[in-house]
Amino acid sequence: MAEKDPIVEVRNLHKSYRRGNYIVPVLENVSFDIQDGEFLALMGPSGSGKSTLLNLIAGIDVADRGTIKVGGVDITTLDETELAAWRATHVGFIFQFYNLIPVLTAFENVALPLHLTGLSRAEQREHVQMTLRLVNLSHRMSHYPKELSGGEQQRVAIARAIVTDPTILVADEPTGDLDRVSAGEVLDLMERLNRELGRTIIMVTHDPRAAQHARVLRHLDKGILNNAHPQNSL
Amino acid sequence: MLILRILYRNAFRNKLRTGLTVLGITVAILAFGLLRTLVDAWYAGVEAASAVRLVTRNSISLVFPLPIAYKDKIRQVPGVKVVSWGNWFGGIYIEEKNFFPNFAVEPRSYLELYPEYILSDDQRLAFYRDRRGFVAGKKIAGKFGWKIGNTVTLKGTIYPGDWDFVLRGIYRGKDDTIDETQFFFHWDYLNETMKKTVPRRADQVGFYLVGVQSPDLATIVAVSIDRLFKNSLAETLTETEKAFNLGFVAMTEAIVTAIQIVSLLVIVIIMAVVANTMAMTTRERIGEYAILKTLGFGRVPIISLIFGESLVITILGCLVGIALTFPAVTIVHHELGTYFPIFKVERETLYLDFAAALVVAITSAIIPTRRAIRIRIAEGLRRIG
Repeated sequence: MAEKDPIVEVRNLHKSYRRGNYIVPVLENVSFDIQDGEFLALMGPSGSGKSTLLNLIAGIDVADRGTIKVGGVDITTLDETELAAWRATHVGFIFQFYNLIPVLTAFENVALPLHLTGLSRAEQREHVQMTLRLVNLSHRMSHYPKELSGGEQQRVAIARAIVTDPTILVADEPTGDLDRVSAGEVLDLMERLNRELGRTIIMVTHDPRAAQHARVLRHLDKGILNNAHPQNSL
Repeated sequence: MLILRILYRNAFRNKLRTGLTVLGITVAILAFGLLRTLVDAWYAGVEAASAVRLVTRNSISLVFPLPIAYKDKIRQVPGVKVVSWGNWFGGIYIEEKNFFPNFAVEPRSYLELYPEYILSDDQRLAFYRDRRGFVAGKKIAGKFGWKIGNTVTLKGTIYPGDWDFVLRGIYRGKDDTIDETQFFFHWDYLNETMKKTVPRRADQVGFYLVGVQSPDLATIVAVSIDRLFKNSLAETLTETEKAFNLGFVAMTEAIVTAIQIVSLLVIVIIMAVVANTMAMTTRERIGEYAILKTLGFGRVPIISLIFGESLVITILGCLVGIALTFPAVTIVHHELGTYFPIFKVERETLYLDFAAALVVAITSAIIPTRRAIRIRIAEGLRRIG
């Protein structure tokens, strides 16, 4: 039986930032693969480049050199408009501070990415209701973000991330702003999405407890990625 | 649709800031509308002028009179249909603040030249028959409570003494551009009194009003009249009624220009206020725009959000400003009606209000929009938290 192609292929990736007159290298010659259905946790100290790597894979930042293929598409060759269209259909985002639009209800926040699809209004409503049911927030759909707890807001953010059925889910410190109980609920939900629905998740965290929920753990330090460590917990 | 919802809700997110900005725009549009109406009022006489009426006066200055004998010569100029004449009387009713324009005119020819003054046949005849009779505009008669048959005394300034007149007619304008504050009486009454009291001032007129057969004859008739009295003791200057009225406006052109500059400055100031509001709101929402970009929304929705919010705030202020302009104009007209008999909001002023609001909205949104669409997503997301 032939081995399946990885869903994400990163090759010889370089990224640096300009700080005044200095060029600060952040990622140096990073290469790795992520398999379809994998739940990868990227760990590392602050400034190690893990969020930068996540942003590059998600197409919200541009690499200096190297290639990133997601689902067979080399996103480093796409221009800004193509990249926006690609993100709309292929990437779901989960952020540390939830990043919901405060003037929209939970329902409207989840419906937001569907406006870029060709779905009818009825289909959109159906998708949103189903997704909010999945994250156990059907009863909160008409609430505004400020009327929800941190954990609930993050679950709305997760619903928004998965509503378009994207190729990959990227999560940047998804529990960084949550108490322990809420963080546990969010991580359980992500784990379920991976295990039961086969979602590919790339999660950046510096919380070892959060990382334990992933199937694969990688460490990034000073721009260099260490080998993958499969975790036995799953 | 969702973008429209975000736009609308964003506009009223910070109620105090939006409220103060809307208030600022309201005041600016109100001031702009009032100043424009004032400028229009200045030109109201010019706008109401007829193309078939000419005014002949002494070429040196309006202050110098012309002999009454000119009327027969003017009548003989080809193209002339009617000739009337009159003097500025300058009388005061009780006290100076009760100012209104008052003239001594030849009644029949004058009313023939001004068909826009609507007067009933009975009143017209009563006026013709009574040498001490006078006709007043509806507004001025209403203001002082004059009734037909009342005697009104004017204190002469140019022609000394107390002058008693009997109200024989009240005219109304054929439309709202016609001045209804005029007071006119028989020139013969003035002239006969002058013959008795100051004979050297008798048989002299301040101006001739000449009705021509058609507007295209106006220039040639004016030239012919002036040629007729060339090298005489009292040379004439004949011009169209519009040019004559414009001459008065030109005397105060600096004031009109100053008003126009101030009205533009008001718009520039409010532009700065709205631009500041938009800069603050965009800076606050830069993270949200980054989220929309992250989700795959392109430039157009971001541009729509910022321009739309600027438009919502500005148009709201504009509408309130326009709504308040009408009562404000009524109040100002009530206070200054004597000086500006025609003081009304023109349709062009409303168009200018909207145009000014649009310019303010669009200009104020340009720089914040540029900043929002140029910021890198990662940079924008870092502003959250």
